[in-house]
Amino acid sequence: MHELGIAESALKAAIVEMEKQKAIRILSLTLRIGELAAVDPQAMEFAFKTVTLGTPAEGATLEIDHVAPIAWCRDCSESFSTDSIAFFKCPRCGNYSGELKQGREIELARLELDS
Amino acid sequence: MHHLHHDFTTPRDHEKPARVNPGEVGTVDVRPDDPVDLPPPGDFRKQTGRSIEVNIPLLAENNRLAAENREHFKSHGLKVINLVSGPGAGKTTLLARTLKELANSISCGVLVGDLETDSDAQRLRHDAVPVAQLTTGSACHLDAHMIAHGFEALHMHNPQLLFIENVGNLVCPAEFDLGETVRVALFACTDGEDKPLKYPPIYRSSHLVLMTKADIAEACGFDRKQARENLKKVCPKAEVIELSSKTGDGFEQWLEFIRGIL
Repeated sequence: MHELGIAESALKAAIVEMEKQKAIRILSLTLRIGELAAVDPQAMEFAFKTVTLGTPAEGATLEIDHVAPIAWCRDCSESFSTDSIAFFKCPRCGNYSGELKQGREIELARLELDS
Repeated sequence: MHHLHHDFTTPRDHEKPARVNPGEVGTVDVRPDDPVDLPPPGDFRKQTGRSIEVNIPLLAENNRLAAENREHFKSHGLKVINLVSGPGAGKTTLLARTLKELANSISCGVLVGDLETDSDAQRLRHDAVPVAQLTTGSACHLDAHMIAHGFEALHMHNPQLLFIENVGNLVCPAEFDLGETVRVALFACTDGEDKPLKYPPIYRSSHLVLMTKADIAEACGFDRKQARENLKKVCPKAEVIELSSKTGDGFEQWLEFIRGIL
């Protein structure tokens, strides 16, 4: 849904980091993306190719580390996996008392730089 | 042996015959006449650079602007209520009555989002309250940038409360933080009990759910108990208030909620 904006933010952050490291080119870029973050990998790939044209990240490889969603129950402190963005029914107590602990992250995890 | 003008199309003239008999060790000169232009040696290693861990959260531009708005509102002591719902759930009617009720006690401002027309802003016109219509064109939601501009246009002096009437849409507004203090979702009795199950994110991201049009719930055959159970599944933490902007039933509880955040 917001792949283009994410690609732009990732590129901006990567270039700042590249300059900080006195490198000249970005060879690869790894994003950490939660499976519930509503990011489509193909759209992401396309957006990344588009925004990196003419930048030091042109031609860089985009890698995605997927993060499986995990919810945590407030009532019984049980952690459990989920595939819903809305219903977090605890498998132990049966209450809808879960909070999503991971699975919606969108982060720039790693960079490979050429200096 | 060096041939100055060797042409690859003509047979070469070598010193020794190419024929080597068994028992002999022959030498065959196969040197090219002219040095061949070989490409320079390339880097045969797989190109690897320095790998560094950065772990930077990528806030989309909207989240960054929303954080700025939030900071800005906070510094002005302003509280902001973002009203979200599908079209026709009663946001404007609710707002009109709310502004009337609060007119003498709280200094309010209003930003109204719609794709086109300023009819909602016209409906909300109030002598004591600045109202700005934000026409979004094709955008199906308000974003933090529009709010920053809209708020600037209101020119409020010592405002206490800003209402944002979002574009009527149950999907996209859920994803756009505007920098609001609280998000209030309207769930009209005419929507049907299952709306929260069909569009969970917008309810889940709200602090309060107003079950509007309570005065016609019976006529619509609206099952309150089922509706509340559905809300409980989707947004167990959200407060729920049933009200009618027409009769004023339940309004005191809503106004109490507003006073509570100021």
